[in-house]
Amino acid sequence: MADEPLVLGIETSCDETGVGVVRGHTLLADALASSVAEHARFGGVVPEVASRAHLEAIVPTMQRALDEAGVTLADVDAIAVTAGPGLAGALLVGVAAAKGYALAAEKPVYGVNHLAAHVAVDTLEHGPLPEPAIALLVSGGHSSLLLVDDLATSVTPLGATIDDAAGEAFDKVARLLGLPFPGGPPIDREARGGSPDAIAFPRGLTAPRDMAEHRFDFSFSGLKTAVARWVEARERAGEPVPVPDVAASFQEAVCDVLTSKAIDACRTHGVETLVLGGGVAANSRLRALAEERAARAGIRVRTPRPKLCTDNGAMVAALGSHLVAAGVAPSRLDLPADSAMPLTTVSV
Amino acid sequence: MLVLVLDSSTPAVTAALAEITADAVVPRVERSRVDARAHGELLAPQVAEVLAEVGIRPAALAAVVAGVGPGPFTGLRVGLVTAASMGQVLGIPTYAVGSLDALGHAATRPGPDAAPEAGPVLVATDARRREVYWAVYDPAGGRLVGPAVDVPAVVAERAREQGVRVAVGEGARRYADVLGLPLRGGLDHPPAYALAELAAERIRAGAPGDRLTPLYLRRPDAVAATGRKPVLR
Ligand SMILES: [Zn+2]
Repeated sequence: MADEPLVLGIETSCDETGVGVVRGHTLLADALASSVAEHARFGGVVPEVASRAHLEAIVPTMQRALDEAGVTLADVDAIAVTAGPGLAGALLVGVAAAKGYALAAEKPVYGVNHLAAHVAVDTLEHGPLPEPAIALLVSGGHSSLLLVDDLATSVTPLGATIDDAAGEAFDKVARLLGLPFPGGPPIDREARGGSPDAIAFPRGLTAPRDMAEHRFDFSFSGLKTAVARWVEARERAGEPVPVPDVAASFQEAVCDVLTSKAIDACRTHGVETLVLGGGVAANSRLRALAEERAARAGIRVRTPRPKLCTDNGAMVAALGSHLVAAGVAPSRLDLPADSAMPLTTVSV
Repeated sequence: MLVLVLDSSTPAVTAALAEITADAVVPRVERSRVDARAHGELLAPQVAEVLAEVGIRPAALAAVVAGVGPGPFTGLRVGLVTAASMGQVLGIPTYAVGSLDALGHAATRPGPDAAPEAGPVLVATDARRREVYWAVYDPAGGRLVGPAVDVPAVVAERAREQGVRVAVGEGARRYADVLGLPLRGGLDHPPAYALAELAAERIRAGAPGDRLTPLYLRRPDAVAATGRKPVLR
């Protein structure tokens, strides 16, 4: 079992209830229940609504995952669960559930870091991760550049957003353009019909003076404001808003900054592998631009399929499997949900 | 039959084992700790402790009984998801008991640590935000009013209407000055034996288990986005 641990993973850090089952690097099941529709009218995730939905969804989602994988909890070697970072009340439902499952099935439990799990999920697609690697994780909740020296024990944050997460900027710009929540997919769609060069939107934290202090950090707040100012000026002038051009130009500004900083991080640290993860990694332009720039720099990009980029239980199971195989000790039963878990903590 | 009893509807987090016999409920072991901010950390180790103390493995459990509140949501969910996940793995039924009902039952029935009351009893637990979760029980333990969530002044009024003579629960203690009712001590939090007693008939009958849905009594705090707002002033 040491090489190919059978591990179940539970994810409840935001609005997706996910349960995944993994054997070694093989994905056996990936069951998901989403409360995203319940948040749509609020234009963002409402924590209490998410927590209530997790409680209702956890047992049926677990059942679907076990059925899909054709295993029972008696068969698994360990249960992994996202212990942070994320929404405190939402995390708590998953952590308490994982402990209940672990207690009843008499299995070890691993409380793991959500962001490390976003990196680990790629092993289900492309096998063991070459180390060191740089990971670019972008979603509605996070925008981070990580240096992964050892996925089981050593992850170092290089930079992160200093204001909005990239996915949040997508949501806000989508709302501005009258597009639905979450904003990533509709902006990606609209952008295909527009020109990325139509409007010169700002690239946050790329000016030389910013680079000295914030070389690997991001800022999307100024970009969001610039888009709003541009759209409102149009409207005040009584002119139509060219939605595809605004979407394409905004998206280009985000992807340009994300990929150039990620490639810069690889070069600076002499790393040849770049892993993309998080909901925004499902964006077609981000994937294409990363591929293009990485190829020029002699860097290999590993991007899991879109369904594995967004939050799910499989990513937690994948990290759990890696931890078991690496001989990392399990967590104690009093492990807390930690909404602000440091990125350097892979498991608790 | 040995059943696991859980309640996390108040600042106390409780795990206990009770033996359900043909004509009695025998408390075996109980772990209860008061810490409103640590339900998630405390409950699972307490479950492990009570199992270890009686010397049984989880597979020996016949059912799980859970207090479904009302109570502050975050802590309440810890107990319910623990009960539901354990019930699922073990393939045993889970039974829902109102947490205020357990306090009402304990206050109106003779139990290991309580004598019955003569008139209606107010049960009130702390709902935070200067409100209490409350219900009123007749001397036989039947619920007359509630469960509901209100400010103590409203509860005082409603309790007067019902002819309540005594109050129990940590909410009643906290707002004793507003409620103006004599307090019965020793019943701040739902006792495990009372939860087990309220589920005993269903357990003995092998009744189908319940979905463990919290008694929230409040809508989630959420402000709906009112259409498109200018980002700039
Ligand atoms: Zn995520």
